[in-house]
Amino acid sequence: MSLLELKNVSKIYGSLHALDKVNMKVEEGEWLAIMGPSGSGKSTMMNIIGCMDKPTEGEVLLEGVDIAKENNKNLTTIRRDKIGLIFQQFHLVSYLTALENVMMAQYYHSLPDEKEALEALDRVGLKDRAKHLPSQLSGGEQQRVCVARALINYPKLILADEPTGNLDEANEAIVVDLFRRLHEDGTTLIVVTHDPEVAEVAQRTLVLRDGRIDRETINENFTGKIRFD
Amino acid sequence: MTKRKMYIRMITASLIRRRSRMLVALLAIMIGAAILSGLVTIYYDVPRQMGAQFRSYGANMLFTATNDNFTKEDVEAAKAVIASSELVGLAPYRYETVRINDRPILAAGTDMEGAQKTSPFWAVSGTWPSSTEEIMVGKVVAQTFNLHTGDRVTLSYAPETAKAGESGKGDTDSTASAEDEYVLDNTKDFKVTGVLDTGGNEEEYVYISLDDMEELVGGESHLDACELSVSATGDKLSKYESAINEAVPALQARLVKRVTQSEDTVLSKLQALVLLVTIVVLALTMICVATTMTAVVAERRKEIGLRKALGATDKSIIGEFMGEGLLLGGVGGLLGAILGFIFAQMVSMNVFNSSISFRFLLLPITIIVSIFVTGLASLIPIKSATNVDPALVLKGE
Repeated sequence: MSLLELKNVSKIYGSLHALDKVNMKVEEGEWLAIMGPSGSGKSTMMNIIGCMDKPTEGEVLLEGVDIAKENNKNLTTIRRDKIGLIFQQFHLVSYLTALENVMMAQYYHSLPDEKEALEALDRVGLKDRAKHLPSQLSGGEQQRVCVARALINYPKLILADEPTGNLDEANEAIVVDLFRRLHEDGTTLIVVTHDPEVAEVAQRTLVLRDGRIDRETINENFTGKIRFD
Repeated sequence: MTKRKMYIRMITASLIRRRSRMLVALLAIMIGAAILSGLVTIYYDVPRQMGAQFRSYGANMLFTATNDNFTKEDVEAAKAVIASSELVGLAPYRYETVRINDRPILAAGTDMEGAQKTSPFWAVSGTWPSSTEEIMVGKVVAQTFNLHTGDRVTLSYAPETAKAGESGKGDTDSTASAEDEYVLDNTKDFKVTGVLDTGGNEEEYVYISLDDMEELVGGESHLDACELSVSATGDKLSKYESAINEAVPALQARLVKRVTQSEDTVLSKLQALVLLVTIVVLALTMICVATTMTAVVAERRKEIGLRKALGATDKSIIGEFMGEGLLLGGVGGLLGAILGFIFAQMVSMNVFNSSISFRFLLLPITIIVSIFVTGLASLIPIKSATNVDPALVLKGE
């Protein structure tokens, strides 16, 4: 059984088909990149996989459970327990420290554990910045806090939306390296990106166009390491 | 760490680290609470403050004799019924007709200190008599006999019906004559210390001490009337009136209705006004807090979306925002109660010229009301916070 399977998934807004009968599978431990131009349906797909939206038609099976049929309350529970989210704009709570931002995800999931949150920050190389507010951190550091927050509850799936979109090359490399380490640990990753260099690092890349999967590429030379031209 | 500790850590962090934003909300609550507690303090203190002011209107209770007259002992018994802290002044009166230069004049024997308290509005040129053999004369009497402060005057007492030899005791000379219409019985010299100007009947009297009156008139000691100034509201005065009438049959206690009723009317209107202002302030505070909380929720839509994306339930979101609101309400209420007391104190000092005592009960009440009002005002904006779509965060909107 695949970790995630989309069967004939469509999302229709009036006459617009944001997603049009999409079929895809993501295996457990896989690193998948999704590319596509603006308006191709990437965000809609992210929202549906991230349990923040429901398809108009089709099935979305996460560990065999059709989340398209779940109510909002159950979707919140599924999102909290199984999915880690990373955003392009980081979205850290401005008045909480790096440590508290990570602990907030624990708070909604189960119990806050300061030691464990510190270990997560240590994994992303930010243990010494734990008491800093987001405004005191660089963009790269903020995204690493975001990664620590996403992985703190050991999610089945990490969904990253343009995770390197606001980062310079050096920080981009650091974040991609974090993804590689997560992948090595067995975490399933879906990364939506405009950046071909980030997409190339993944095991497989799907290219969306007009709400459909236009192309699928398998990275034969997968290393999980980014190569800048 | 427990969830509760993290909850407290999050809401305190929000209030402390976002203090510039939260100060606006805190200020709104604090000012509302200050005016509220200040007005409530004034509301409850108005009867006391106004009661003291009203005492300048004069006596509000009168004792008269049930039959002919009553005694000092009867007055003492009646006085015991009234709480001493509420008794502002008591002036017993004995009225007799005396003569100055053979002309009949009404004389009132009284306790001068008591009379000053029951009739504070009396204007006296000169001073009130402070010892025996001193007299205060009404303005009409002064004009009739051309009396001035410092002059000496002789009062004589001789009932028209009295015959020689029936007079009271006295050490003054008796110059009675069988042909006279009256018997010039006792006489006594007095020094005029003041002239009374009231614009009323009081100007037709002369005022001497009770001791002088008894010495001049002789006979059994008795009183004809007694004026009291009691610092109490209408209901309590009525209770005193009934209790005295029951306890002391020799005298009849009556309220001076024109004073007590006007006091009650003014008090009730003043209290109604303060109550009305309090309700308006409460409503304005609620609107102010609701507006502020709406702004707070609006500017934190992304954060709410993020929290929901991380798995926060609607209940959690409501709990966190309500926690912030209630904490603000509590802190604002505490500061407001203190400021309110200062406000009430300033009003009291400026309007009534007297200080106000701090009502400790008002502190928890103000805090509880502030928390309740803030909670109520925050309810709608916070409820709307749960409608935020977490997908907005992913879209970066």
